[in-house]
Amino acid sequence: MPADALRFSGVDVYYGESHALHGVSFSVGEGRVLGLLGRNGAGKTTCMNTTVGLLQPRRGDIALFGESISRLGPEAISRKGIGLVPQGRRVFKRLTVRENLVVASRRLPGRQAPKWTLDTVLDEFPRLRERTSHYAGNLSGGEQQMLAIGRALISNPRVLLMDEPSEGLAPQIVAGVFATIAKLKSQGLSIVLVEQNPKLVIDIADDIVVLNSGSVVIAETTRSIHEKNIDVSRYLGVVSAEDAVS
Amino acid sequence: MWFILTINSVTLGGLLFLLSAGFSLIFGLMRIPNLTHGSFFMLGGYLGVTLIRFGLNFWIAAILTALIMAAIGVTVERLLLRPLGGNAMQQVLLTLGLSFIIADLSLMIWTGDPVRVPTPPGLEGTASLFALQFPLYRLAVVGIAVIIAVGLWLMIERTRLGAMIRAGVDDAPMARVVGIRVSALFSVVFALGAALAGFAGLMAGPYLSIYPGLDSEMLPLALIVVILGGTNSLLGALVGSFIIGFLFNFGQVLFPNLAYVILFLPMLVILMFRPQGLFGRLT
Repeated sequence: MPADALRFSGVDVYYGESHALHGVSFSVGEGRVLGLLGRNGAGKTTCMNTTVGLLQPRRGDIALFGESISRLGPEAISRKGIGLVPQGRRVFKRLTVRENLVVASRRLPGRQAPKWTLDTVLDEFPRLRERTSHYAGNLSGGEQQMLAIGRALISNPRVLLMDEPSEGLAPQIVAGVFATIAKLKSQGLSIVLVEQNPKLVIDIADDIVVLNSGSVVIAETTRSIHEKNIDVSRYLGVVSAEDAVS
Repeated sequence: MWFILTINSVTLGGLLFLLSAGFSLIFGLMRIPNLTHGSFFMLGGYLGVTLIRFGLNFWIAAILTALIMAAIGVTVERLLLRPLGGNAMQQVLLTLGLSFIIADLSLMIWTGDPVRVPTPPGLEGTASLFALQFPLYRLAVVGIAVIIAVGLWLMIERTRLGAMIRAGVDDAPMARVVGIRVSALFSVVFALGAALAGFAGLMAGPYLSIYPGLDSEMLPLALIVVILGGTNSLLGALVGSFIIGFLFNFGQVLFPNLAYVILFLPMLVILMFRPQGLFGRLT
């Protein structure tokens, strides 16, 4: 049984008095991809923002490889090994491509050689190499998404969170992004993939968690979803059940 | 007369740049309208002249003043401003109150008499060029302002620290998520702003003298510079400083009854038609 890379245990999150997450529990196995699905407002991005420390859970715990991170600030959580590709990409628009990557890079503890460096990230995304001196705000949506992924990778995360990486991108670019995710998965990186499009997620994820109004309503392996013919789409309302599991 | 006015305008522009660059950086990164900034300027002048009276060389006193002001800036930021957690109204009231406290303490320590700061040795005279006499010290002030402007530009635009500061200005929560210690950057920027203001205060000494009320005279000028040039734009602070330097000096001589109209009118026009300032960007 692989170790839990990331574990949510009964997490409650509030925006003021508005209760956004209700006792959310799920875990991501090491080297596995967890697809986090749900409608707009279901709590997916709240889960991401809570994991990286932008929101604090009022109850419950979040653990990274068994170590609680739910009371740490975003900087400390990043240094513990969580990388985020945020919704809407949020690259630093007034920094060049190179600067976006450099500010997120860091030395690893001890004499450990980092897997991801400026060079390896630019090798992974040759398009970015051609644009290292361009301001990130002048890049296309697809290039900004590559940069957001590269910026998360260069911190050499142990768990990568990806919040709607296909949002607003042309199908060809989306295919490229998901090819990258598949490659990262094959390299053993633990990934949480938030998406509204279940087809994209079910094709690549090992486990599926569906949120509805801030609560977990489905938590199964993708295989179980297929075998039990679980209708994921009724909590999403975007794609038919057949499409979702085909 | 025109020549002297021009020299005075350029000198005031240089001093205003040293003052407003820090103010602009602090506001750009931390969204703190630091109304203590004028007090940092005046306090720097008083501290510097005190160090000179202890027998220190002017330039060593200037560097020590900058370091002391940096320490005061960090203390203010960490102990007083940080607990307010970004509440703009509380920040305004706190920095305003602090400026009153500094003004009263300065009055108590250095009395109400203007303090004349001696011109550094070697810069007392004038230089002649094309039959014109250039006061050496004022030229030095402009030269130092330009050198610091270039240094700041290189730091902000060409170093990893500068890129981190710009990332923090761009999107502070995201900067924290990628591991940048934004709170440490806040301290660095606040210290830098306070150091520059204090250094400028001493540099102003031989030209303006140091006196009670200097803080409240300089702060509005820095505010106008930042509004005119645009927040978090060094180029905006530089250009804005020299524009205000000229408007202030020429306005007072040519239209003394309208001096403040001439000073504030461009700010109002900019706020109406280009609220981000000449070189600022809308966020």
